[in-house]
Amino acid sequence: MQPSIIEMIYSQRQEIIDRWKEEIQHFSDNEFSRSLPSEMYNETNVEFVHLIIDTLELEQSEAKEKLRQFVERFIHTGWPLSFFTQGMQAFRRVLLETMTSQETINSKKVFETFYEVESWIDGIINQLVDEYSGSWENTLHLQKLALKELSAPLIPVFEKISVMPLIGTIDTERAKLIMENLLEGIIEHRSQVVLIDITGVPVVDTMVAHHIIQASEAVRLVGAECILVGIRPEIAQTIVNLGIDLGKFPTRSTLRKGIETGLELTQRKIVKISSDEFR
Amino acid sequence: MSVQSNVEVRTEWGIVSARQAGRNLAKEIGFSSVDQARITTAISELARNIYLYAEKGEIIIEAVEEIHSTGVKHGIKITAKDKGPGIKNIRQVMEDGFTTSGGLGAGLPGVKRLMDEFDIDSVAGEGTEITTIKWNS
Ligand SMILES: Nc1ncnc2c1ncn2[C@@H]1O[C@H](COP(=O)(O)OP(=O)(O)OP(=O)(O)O)[C@@H](O)[C@H]1O
Ligand SMILES: [Mg+2]
Repeated sequence: MQPSIIEMIYSQRQEIIDRWKEEIQHFSDNEFSRSLPSEMYNETNVEFVHLIIDTLELEQSEAKEKLRQFVERFIHTGWPLSFFTQGMQAFRRVLLETMTSQETINSKKVFETFYEVESWIDGIINQLVDEYSGSWENTLHLQKLALKELSAPLIPVFEKISVMPLIGTIDTERAKLIMENLLEGIIEHRSQVVLIDITGVPVVDTMVAHHIIQASEAVRLVGAECILVGIRPEIAQTIVNLGIDLGKFPTRSTLRKGIETGLELTQRKIVKISSDEFR
Repeated sequence: MSVQSNVEVRTEWGIVSARQAGRNLAKEIGFSSVDQARITTAISELARNIYLYAEKGEIIIEAVEEIHSTGVKHGIKITAKDKGPGIKNIRQVMEDGFTTSGGLGAGLPGVKRLMDEFDIDSVAGEGTEITTIKWNS
């Protein structure tokens, strides 16, 4: 940016800041700002506007880094992006107004000044948007990972016995995960019996049934036994109506019965012991 | 009572929305939980067929009634419409176990058994329209 413009901004620094503060009053009354203590809101405004003006003196890379560090703090505490973009837009208005009200600038210079100020401000807005969207993408990525882990967990409940509780709709993506997690988990936990609990699956259509059948066949191929538990009565009826034969598949009505069967299959059982055996 | 809902099916989310809409209306009409499960499953089959074989289409869900000397019969009507490849041999696709996608081939014959009335209208190269009704007894 031309030194003369920078000089001009610096010489009117206080006036610009004051007018900016007035300007942002117009949109400061929103749900977000009301949720904050007003000193905090005002302090952030002041810090932000000073930072912007200070970056004029810095090298571009240094300025970017400073802005990045500043914004990062606010992204994590949930400040809306609009707080900054609206602030920048107001800043641009104020700056251009202040500058053009000066008699010293001739009309040819006005155009140049406009152009320089615009591209400076646009650069900052773009960076703000980039920092925010980068952080959103990151969050989305982490949430997807978390969902992936949650969507088909295999839990080793006893030695040799694991349970996969399925809750919610099963789509193709999830069906793939079920298969992967089952096979990996069986090896990892050395399971001999796995119980797939479908109590929380709202609809068992032919696709879901097909995936469950395939999964349980694969389980058998790696040397374990698969038991389907938690088939609700209405689901049992629709499966029969669909003409799907689950006759070949071990099923138990509840998870508890399934675990009992799992223990039997691994030559164990749960017994009640009398109180004098406690000693 | 919400008279009719149209759900566009072009992703797996569309299948879930269609099912949701069907379950809500079935509940409003007063179907038992077993019938609600039947209706939702039938919608799931039809919507998934659209997604798999026609790529996109729509599911229309509406309440219907029929007046008899003994009173009014309430039901739910599901229409699955697409402009996909159509079905050449309708008798074949209604056989248990017939599939062109490596599925169970249980969808269409299953829907027919889950519901009370069932009708396929399909022209090869033009599309498919399947209409099915369940009455609340
Ligand atoms: N909307 C459609 N458009 C074109 N072809 C269809 C359509 N719906 C079904 N078909 C054909 O009919 C066949 C049988 O359908 P059906 O739903 O009974 O079984 P599937 O989809 O193959 O397997 P499943 O439903 O058991 O998972 C399909 O494989 C497909 O070739
Ligand atoms: Mg099908």
